[in-house]
This record gives sequence, C-alpha cells and structure tokens, in this order.
Amino acid sequence: MKRYVNINDNGQEDLYCDNRISNTKYTILNFLPKNLWEQFSRFMNQYFLLIACLQLWSLITPVNPASTWGPLIFIFAVSATKEAWDDYNRYLSDKQANDKEVWVVKQGIKKQIQAQDIHVGNIVWLRENDEVPCDLVLIGTSDPQGICYVETAALDGETDMKTRVIPSACMGLDPELLHKIKGAIECPNPDKDIRRFEANLRLFPPFIDNDLCPLTINNTLLQSCYLRNTEWACGVAVYTGNETKLGMSRGIPEPKLTAVDAMIDKLTGAIFLFQIVVVIVLGIAGDVWKDTEAQKQWYVLYPKEGPWYELLVIPLRFELLCSIMIPISIKVSLDLMKSLYAKFIDWDEEMYDHDTNTPSHATNTAISEDLGQVEYILTDKTGTLTENRMIFRRCCINGTFYGNESGDALKDMELLDAIGSKRPDVIRFLTVMAVCNTVIPLKSKKGTISYKAQSQDEDALVHAAAHLHMVLFNKNGNILEVNFNASILQYEILDTLEFTSDRKRMSVIVRDCQNRDIILLTKGADEAVLPNASSGQQIRTHVEAVEQYAQLGLRTLCLAWRELNEDEYREWSLMFKEANSTLVDREWKLAEVCQRLEHDLEILGVTAIEDRLQDGVPETIETLRKAGINFWMLTGDKQDTAIQIALSCNFISPEPKGQLLLIDGKTEDEVSKSLERVIRTMSITPSEPKDVAFVVDGWALEIALKHHQKDFTKLAMLSRTAICCRVTPSQKAQLVELLKSREYRTLAIGDGGNDVRMIQQADIGVGISGREGLQAARAADYSIGSVSGSSLFNSVSLMAYNVFYTSIPVLVSVLDKDLSERTVMEHPQILFYCQAGRLLNPSTFAGWFGRSLFHALIVFLISINVYADEKNENEELSMVALSGCIWLQAFVVAMETNSFTILQHLAIWGNLAAFYVINCIVSALPSAGMYTIMFRLCRQPSYWISMFLIVAAGMGPVLSLKYFRYTYRSSAINKLQQAERLGGPIVSLGNVEPQMKSIDKDVALLPMSQSNNRNTAYEPLPSDSPTSSRRFLGSATPFDFLQTTQLRLSSTYSRNFKDN
Amino acid sequence: MNLKATAASSTSDGTSDSSAPRRNSKKPKYSRFTQQELPACKPILTPGWVISTFAVVGIIFIPIGLASLFASQRVVEIVDRYDIDCIPETLRNDKLAFIQSRETNKTCTRSLTVPMDMKSPIYVYYELDNFYQNHRRYVKSRNDKQLQSKKNENETSSCDPEANASNGLPIVPCGLIAWSLFNDTYRFSLSSKVLEVNKKNIAWKSDQGHKFGDDVYPKNFQSGGLIGGAKLNASKPLSEQEDLIVWMRTAALPTFRKLWGKIEVDLEANEQITVVIQNNYNTYSFGGKKKLVLSTTSWIGGKNDFLGVAYLTVGGLCLFLAISFILLYFARPRPLGDPSFLSWNSDPAGHMN
Repeated sequence: MKRYVNINDNGQEDLYCDNRISNTKYTILNFLPKNLWEQFSRFMNQYFLLIACLQLWSLITPVNPASTWGPLIFIFAVSATKEAWDDYNRYLSDKQANDKEVWVVKQGIKKQIQAQDIHVGNIVWLRENDEVPCDLVLIGTSDPQGICYVETAALDGETDMKTRVIPSACMGLDPELLHKIKGAIECPNPDKDIRRFEANLRLFPPFIDNDLCPLTINNTLLQSCYLRNTEWACGVAVYTGNETKLGMSRGIPEPKLTAVDAMIDKLTGAIFLFQIVVVIVLGIAGDVWKDTEAQKQWYVLYPKEGPWYELLVIPLRFELLCSIMIPISIKVSLDLMKSLYAKFIDWDEEMYDHDTNTPSHATNTAISEDLGQVEYILTDKTGTLTENRMIFRRCCINGTFYGNESGDALKDMELLDAIGSKRPDVIRFLTVMAVCNTVIPLKSKKGTISYKAQSQDEDALVHAAAHLHMVLFNKNGNILEVNFNASILQYEILDTLEFTSDRKRMSVIVRDCQNRDIILLTKGADEAVLPNASSGQQIRTHVEAVEQYAQLGLRTLCLAWRELNEDEYREWSLMFKEANSTLVDREWKLAEVCQRLEHDLEILGVTAIEDRLQDGVPETIETLRKAGINFWMLTGDKQDTAIQIALSCNFISPEPKGQLLLIDGKTEDEVSKSLERVIRTMSITPSEPKDVAFVVDGWALEIALKHHQKDFTKLAMLSRTAICCRVTPSQKAQLVELLKSREYRTLAIGDGGNDVRMIQQADIGVGISGREGLQAARAADYSIGSVSGSSLFNSVSLMAYNVFYTSIPVLVSVLDKDLSERTVMEHPQILFYCQAGRLLNPSTFAGWFGRSLFHALIVFLISINVYADEKNENEELSMVALSGCIWLQAFVVAMETNSFTILQHLAIWGNLAAFYVINCIVSALPSAGMYTIMFRLCRQPSYWISMFLIVAAGMGPVLSLKYFRYTYRSSAINKLQQAERLGGPIVSLGNVEPQMKSIDKDVALLPMSQSNNRNTAYEPLPSDSPTSSRRFLGSATPFDFLQTTQLRLSSTYSRNFKDN
Repeated sequence: MNLKATAASSTSDGTSDSSAPRRNSKKPKYSRFTQQELPACKPILTPGWVISTFAVVGIIFIPIGLASLFASQRVVEIVDRYDIDCIPETLRNDKLAFIQSRETNKTCTRSLTVPMDMKSPIYVYYELDNFYQNHRRYVKSRNDKQLQSKKNENETSSCDPEANASNGLPIVPCGLIAWSLFNDTYRFSLSSKVLEVNKKNIAWKSDQGHKFGDDVYPKNFQSGGLIGGAKLNASKPLSEQEDLIVWMRTAALPTFRKLWGKIEVDLEANEQITVVIQNNYNTYSFGGKKKLVLSTTSWIGGKNDFLGVAYLTVGGLCLFLAISFILLYFARPRPLGDPSFLSWNSDPAGHMN
C-alpha cells in the first residue's frame, strides 16, 4: 500500500486524519462503562460484585449489605478517580500539543494555525528550537547547503544532533518559491519504523526537475524532534496525528498486574471453588435437614409450601457466610500496602542521586511488591549502565603508547612534546581525529566553540584533538577549518563515506587546500580497518594496543589515512555518485564502492575512549546475577561496544569462564542455522559450568522473532544472559513480551525515549531521569535519579514483613464486623492468610490453609466446649470465638515476623489491645446488641483461661513444626538469618542481605584495576560465523579478569544459589 | 575555549522542566521510619528459647489444669431427665398426642436424691436438647425495639410469622422466640416442706434494665389459633418477665441450659427432694430431651471438666515436646548460623580452585 501526498493541495483533507494527537484512553462518554469493564475483568472484583448483589436480597443476607457495598464502592471510586485523573492529564498534554501554533502554508499564504489542523500535504514552517508537530519531508532550510539539524532524543533516545538534508530536487529553491511548490510524494503507509523511510518525490512544473527524487529518513523531520541550530526549515506533512512514526510506535500502556495480584487472583479462584464445594455440601445438607428435621421443629414454624427458589435459599446463605473467606479488605489492605512500599521507595535516601538532586519516584503504586519477584532484568545500555559520557583516555600512535602511566593521554607530556615538535605521524593522527567526522562546530557569541556531534565517540575525539591544539573551529559548507597551533589549515570535504554498522568505519575524502592533495581519512573498528592496511605495514603493535585497551573496557577506534591521486579519485567519485543514486540496495552498493577506496591504508594509531560506567554498576549487576536474576542488555549500540560494556560491568564473564555465542545472519537460513547451533551448544552441559551468553543483533533478531520464535524462546530460557545489539524500540518491547509470555517477571530499565515502549511493556518499568531527557521517566513506573540496584534490594527484602502490619488494622475491622452466625467462625482466619502476600504460591498457600483450618478447629472446639450448657449464649460464645481468633492471629503474626521494630510491636499487640478497647466501648453502649457482653466475659476466669488454652493449643504445634524445620530442615534464608543474628562471620554472598555489599565491591572492582594479567589462550569458539570475517570475539574479549579467588568463589555461590 | 560544553548540556529538552525547582532539594526527608531503619530485634528460634518456652508453658498449664479440674469436681450437680418418665406408660407410644392434648393431666412427680452437700445458692436449670435456638429463622424472629419501649409497640418487622394476631393487632412481644417460651414449671419440696425457689434476678441485669422496657406489657400474646409455649401475665411489664428474658437470650448450641430459679438454702447429702413438674413443653415432636438440673457453682462456672482436662493435656504435651527437643538437641547437635551448612558452602570444593 502506498500513500500519495500532493504537496500544497487541500483536496486531500478528508483522505487522511488531521494532526490531532490523542493519547487518552477514555472519552467522557465511555469512561464509566470502560473503566468498570476493566475493573471487573479481574476475578476478585467480579466476586465482590456478586457477593454484594446477593446481599441485597434480604431473605438471605446475614449482615447489612452496606458492609460490602460501602467498601466496594469506595474502592472502585478510588481507582476510577485515579484513572480519570491520569487520563485527564494525558488529555491536557495532548491538548497542549494540539493547540500549539504553527506556521503553515495554505493556498500559497503563510498562516499561523493550531498544530491539530495540519493536514497531509500542508507545508509546515519551523523555526529554530521548534518541536516538529508531525512527520515532515524536508523541502527547504535556511542553510544554503540544504542542511538542518534535529535533536531526536524524544524519538530514539539519542541526544546528539542529527543532520537532515533537503532532497536534491528541492536544492536551491528560493524560499519564496517554496510557498507555491507543487508536487507529489509517494510514500509507504504509516509504520513505526523510525529508521526507514523509502519514498519518492516528484515536483510538478514549473519546478524544472521532473525526475523522481528518492527520499530517505535523512530527508524527514519526524514528530517530536526539535529543530536546532537552523534558522528555519520547512517540510511537507506526510504523516499526521496518531499516524506519525512516533504515534504508531506508541503503545497504549496496559494496566500492569503484579505477580502477587495474579497469584491472589488465582488463589481467589481456588478459594472460590473450595467455597462453592463447601456451599453445595452445606446447602444440600441444609435443605435435607430442613425438609426432614425442620418440619418437626415446631417452634420454627416452617411454612409448608415455600416459594420456588426455596431450595436456593440455604446454599446462597452459606455462600454469603463463606464470602468472608475472601475478604474485601484484602483489596483495601493490598492497595494500602502497595502505596506504602512505593512511598518507602520515594523516601529511600539511598536511592537519592546527589548529582542531579533527584529522588526516586514510584509512579505506579500497584506493583512495588513485584520488585522482589523479578526474574529477568532487561536494561538499556547507554545512559543506563553507562553514563553516556565518552572521554578520550589513551592512544597509541605509530607504536608509541600515550597515556598509559597517567591514564589520561591528554596530560601525557610525551605526547605534548611530540605535538610541540610537530612529528608528522602525530600531526596526521590529530588531523584524522579532528577532521574525520561529522561534527559541527558552533561558535557562540563569546567566541567559545561547542560541538554538535552525531556520536559521542566523535565528540570525545574532537574535544581531545582540540585539547591537543588541533582545533576544529569552522565548517562552512564543504570547507573545513582547523586551527593548529595558531595556524589555520583548510580542507575541502569532497565526500563522506558514512558509518554503517556493517562497514564499521567511516571515511572522509578531503582536499588539503594548501597543497591540493587528496587524502582519505578513515576511522573505524579495528577489525574493519586493520585488514585494509597496506601490505607492507606492521600492524602488530596496533593489534596489541587494541587488545590492551579493550581489556580495560575502553572503546577503541583505529585511525588511518591514505593519499589518493587525482585520477583514482575521479574514477571512484563517478562510481560513488552512481551508487549513491540507486534506489535498490543503496546501502549495500555504497559499501561496495567504499570498499574500493578504503584499502592500502596507512594505520596511524589507535584511540581509546572510555564510556564511563555508572557508579556501582558492576557491583550491582554481580549482586543481582548472584540472586539468580537473569540479565538482558538491549541496546541500539554496535555489537562490539555492547560486548565490551557487558564485559566491563560483569554482565558476562570473560573467557574461559564465560562463553559468547553469536547469532547472526542476514537471511532466514543463516539465522536459523546459527540459532540452532547456539541452542545445541547451550543444551550441552559442559563438565565445567560456564556462564553462557548469546549475542544477537537487531537484524537477526527480527528474523528470529518472525520465523523461529519457538527456538528463540527456548534459547531465551536457556540463557541467563543475553546481549541484543542494534535493536529498535519496538524490538525491545517485543523481547519483553516474549519473556512475559513465558510467565517470567520482567523489569525493564531505561532512560531514553527509545526505551519507553519496553518500559511500558515490562511488568516493572524503571526509568532513569538522567541525561537523555525525562520521557522515559514519565512512562516508567519508577524513576530513579541514577541506578542504584543494591539499595533497591534493600527495600525488597524489607517489603516482606511490611505486608503484615499494614494489613492488620484493616483486618480488625473485618473480623469485628459480623460473627453473629456460627458457621463464620470456622473460617475467619482464612482471610488473614490470604493477605500473607509473602512467598505467596500455591504450596505455601496450602500450608497456610491447613494451618488456618487447624486453628479454626481449635477455636471452635474449645469455645463450644468451655461455653457449653448454662454458659451457652449466642453473643457470648461468638465473642469468645472471636477473641480466640484475634489472640491466635496476634501470635501467628508475631511468629511469622522476622524483625520486630517498634512498629511491629505496636501493630501486633496494639491490635490485640485495640480489639479489647473497641469491644469494651461497644459493650458500654446500651443500644448495641452486645451490650455488657465484653464486661461479663472479662470478669470470667474461664474466659481468660480458654484464651490461653486456644493460644497454647493453636501455637504449640505450629511453633514446634517451625522450630524443627528451622533447625533441621532450614532454608538458605533461615540460615542466613541465624548467621546474621548470631553475629557470626558471613563468608559468602551479598545477594540476600544488603549489608554485605562491601565484599562485593571489592570483588567487582578488581577487573577494573587489573590490567596486565593476560591470558592469550583463546578458546575456539563454536560460533564462527561462516559469512562474516568479523573476529569480534577474539579482539573484543581478552577474557581474563579473574585472578582472584574471590570472584570465582562468588560465581560458584551464584550457581549454587539456584540449586538451593 | 569552552571545551566542557558537551552536546548534552546544551540541549535542553524543551519541556517546562526548568532548572529552578531542581535547585530546591528534592532529597527525601530523613527519618528512621522512612528509611526503614527503625531499631529492630530479630529473634530467631534457638533451641534454648523454644525448649524453655515449651517447658514454661507446660509447667504453668498443669497446675491451672489441676485447679480447674478440682473446681469442676467440687461442683455438685443433680441431673434428672424427665421427658419420657413424665408420660404415663400407657401413652408413651404417642407422646406427641399426649403433649398436644389439652385434656391429659401433665402433672408429674419426681424424686431426687442429693448426692453430696450442696451449698447455696443452688441453681435450678432446665436443659433442652436438639433445640435449635440458633436457627436463623428463629433467631431473627424478634424485634428489640418493640421490647424496649411502649412507643414501639407496632414495630413487628422481622417477627413473622408471629407478628400480628389474627385480628391484625401487633403481638407484644412478637416473634417466634417469645411465642415458643418454655412453659414447664417445677415445684420443689423437701420432706413435704415447700422448698422456696427464688425466681427473681435470674435474668441479666442489663437485659432487665435496657432491653426489656418496664412500660411494655404483653398484648395479644398467645391469642391466636396456634399456641406455642407459655402465656405471659399481661399485668406485668416485660422487664419483670424474667423467664421470658432468660429465654430470649438465645443459645448458640442446640443443647443448652437455662436458669429457672435459685434455691437459697443449703442441701445436705442424701436428702430427698420432691419435684412436681408441669410437663407442658413439646420436645417430643423433634425428639429432644428435657432435663432438670440442680447445680452449685465454682469459680470456673458449672460442672465442666473440659478446661481441666484440656489444660492437663496441653501442658503434658508441652512438657513432652520440651523433653523430646532436648533429647533431639543432644542426639543431633546442630549449631545455628554456621555458614558451612549453606548448601553452596558445603558444595564439594570442585569448582573452587
């Protein structure tokens, strides 16, 4: 399907939607039904509704219907209000965007209209720093070269400037003419691919150029980008409203259900089934009894003939009585506790980032408790693991290492001396650093120069060159000016051979304006540059340099150059132009042409750039991995960079402990083959367990997800670690979905706009309000000032017992409510156990359930036996049973609580005391049904004696069982608790208790400081891809960080921790 | 030359997020609560703690159990089941007809022997069995407002089917409970001398004072075609109808005793008490027993061995557990908190090198 856009033609307004953006979930009309529908799609809510409706029938209801309706309506109102408020805010922000005034050409006249009135085909004018309101095809800029700069941070998370050019057909058009321009753009239907735009432009006469002019993504301005450093630009709207690339890739965040929620839903279902069974059995028994015995009980005066529904009455009554098994308070207390957790995260001082003065913030209160149950962490690299701040650290020029001693080449006197003495190799090296890039220098009014770079690497290089007196200070069209030691050198840029992920290098061809020489300047990854070195050159030192730097976790680039002769260039230039204008396979053809020039290079040297890791990242990852959490890194970066970063942050273990498996291939066949191979390798358990990780790039991932989803899923589950490079935002989300479909809990961390979808998709999204804008933070459930995983853990471990004390106060009110009928007494504890969200799974639930039945039996038997005969009075007996429950509950909670702070004491014993206080107050009211009951009971010694009996009989078996388990069948957690509390030395692991962090730190820092231990024995890798000449594994992973037993020990722990 | 200016710092993200609020510290306030750093005591189940807990509980429980058992044993109780014996043998094959007939003579004389000395007050109870006072239909069939005050006389909601008399006027007291009031009577005599039974103060004071109004008089009670139980003296206010008040305190279990009166003289062992029973109440249709109970009381109430036995059992079990844990402890000593017991530490040293 194609879309034809007629430029400057209003005839197509009805064809496509206008530019109104709408992110809202509801409208005023559908809010109530839709919201209710959503809320009632949860089983628990359906259940409560059913119960509440049943209670309206006064014939069967044992209690006042208000006792269910009140809380129910309250809960629903609260969550509906919250939804409404969120949606209203979405509406407001949409409205702000929609109402923004933009300049648009209509009927040849430039008018200011609201952004929402833009239609496809309109020409939109933007000024500097304007936000692009819809997807535009650029047709004119203020720049005579037809270039403009955009910032795409909101779109793909990359903070650097991107260059956009106007299509060749529009080149050189007078701004006045642009008002009247007519033409047609043939473009694909809206999609969400923000890296691809394949279209054609044809201008109508009188605009001479009647040829088809191809358009790429470089000719577009996409919605939500910002126009920078360009006075004005104008473009034709091609996609508008929700059909823009951004709009298409924006998913509607679905409400996130937490694991505990899901489990509670499941258990609720189970309890419901149990309840149904109980109800049916009791109901039938009741009906039978009624038909046989009750007729004889003359004092009941049963009518001979009942209504037709008579048989239903007794079962339904039992249903209502049993309904307390699933207490409505569970919802209230769960919500309460969740918001408290969220608050604790907000409050946590350890998660406060001092640099940016940002505290952590939990936006979605509902899912905090899931933090403790995460099995997969998917993380973005740039800005999340690393600070996204590149710093030039070392270099090796022509075999001489600079910066090795100080760790900073910029301060290396030797290098400065070499520059001072103008050694030609050093100068050439610096020239490549300063010239071979797409950086744009900007001169501010004060004369200072700042750089706009597409990549942070280039930025670092240009800055470093400037520091070394080779200052790139002007780029004016094709002329580039460099100030070296106060002399100005001019170069004319002839061609730019752009960087692609396959070529892994970029080159510029410049003409030295002084001596008219044509030079090819190249920089790129070692495996892309070194093989193209001129045959005579010794590249060994460079290979060694690359290895050494990579080992330090530095990003390496090789710089090279070659002088071209005039004829060679001219010949090549023709081919290049031809390749550049092909429509099919342009990228591939260009690469081939470039290859023809980039050979016989003279290698100048190697640069090493540090991509600084965020503070504490290696430690955190190590800790989390030990805790058995699987880690995936999803990044838009290059494969090598990704692997290097992964190594330096303990993401994957270096050889020989770790093993990297590569999945690649451009075709379905290749991908499937390598996928198979990897799975085979993974499934074979080697004698010595290894940390196996797989690496997959975006292209292969796309194929794998499309055609081999089953295999890939299998692989995903086999592997604890994965690195996915060059993935698009929607692929990130797809991966999350894949894991989620396998019932794994996922947590996604990211900072950029490109992570938004992944964050929305994941069970838990963590957004970092860092440098790449705040968009991710807004979409996320949590935003953290800076990564600080370990303290997050701190909260997690503490959450477990918070469950209890938040639920208790609510519990009281429930237990207090209605116990007028005896059947209820058998089950009140169940509700309490339902709330024990801790370690909630079916088997522990069964344990709790059994215990609750036991307790119910104890309470029931003791109270009916003690309060038999003359003490047998309804109100008294129910109060005795109720107090029994309360006592038992207090002791159960006390026994299950691991750590008593004043709050726990207050909650547990205060709860007990409150029970007596409240009941005594109620007993003092003459109008209350239970007038004086409590006073009477409290005066009876037998009451107190039976309470103690209930506690002792109820807790005795529980305590002894627990003690037995604790001492003789203890779990790892128990043992650690014991060790911790006895104050003994804890030799191992920092994965359960945060106070052991320090040990980890020592371990984790070692790789960074160990530089000279090298192990050259590479293992042959099973993943040598037949198609690629890349040796990325060999070069990028000098796998030897571990000379320390500690590290090895800890990985041993981590393996066994899972077995436990 | 300003080389510090990086791309990131010069690209403001265009939102309204100005730098001013950032200056204000958003640092969370410190409190020990918010940082979850409250001083905590983390008890663990050491053998010492557990064993001594069980031992202490056992040691406390056994004396209490003995005391309760002793108190319960001290209580003297005379129980006499009369529902069958009070029907003449000739009529026993149709007890229902006997009890429902107005003609039959329902007077019946029983003779009880005092087994041991009984100190006053001696409580007189009637015990019913298989009588479901806790039946939902029954329990709800009353109107507390009507009982409370004269002005609520017409409040008979929830009293069905005994709400209104056949003439449409409200029944006071309405409902099934009142309607089925127990109507057997007892007259005691000790060696042909009348043994006074005090029928005052057998109901709860709180009920007399607050639940049953002193201006509410029975009206239209038991006037319908269907007579349930006892009739009430229409000249006495409800607050003085103590039998009714006792009856209206519904029992939670189908076997229950209700106080009928108090004998305020001591009885000596082997004395013969003669009881003349008016056997009116119909328990025959549902096969319920009727018993007359004379009982003294103790600090734990009536004669009930349950508490004592239960205490002794639980206490004994606690001691048993304590001893077995001690034995277990010596048989399989297990130092707590030894990290070498962590499974990853006890892993063979194979991977350690």
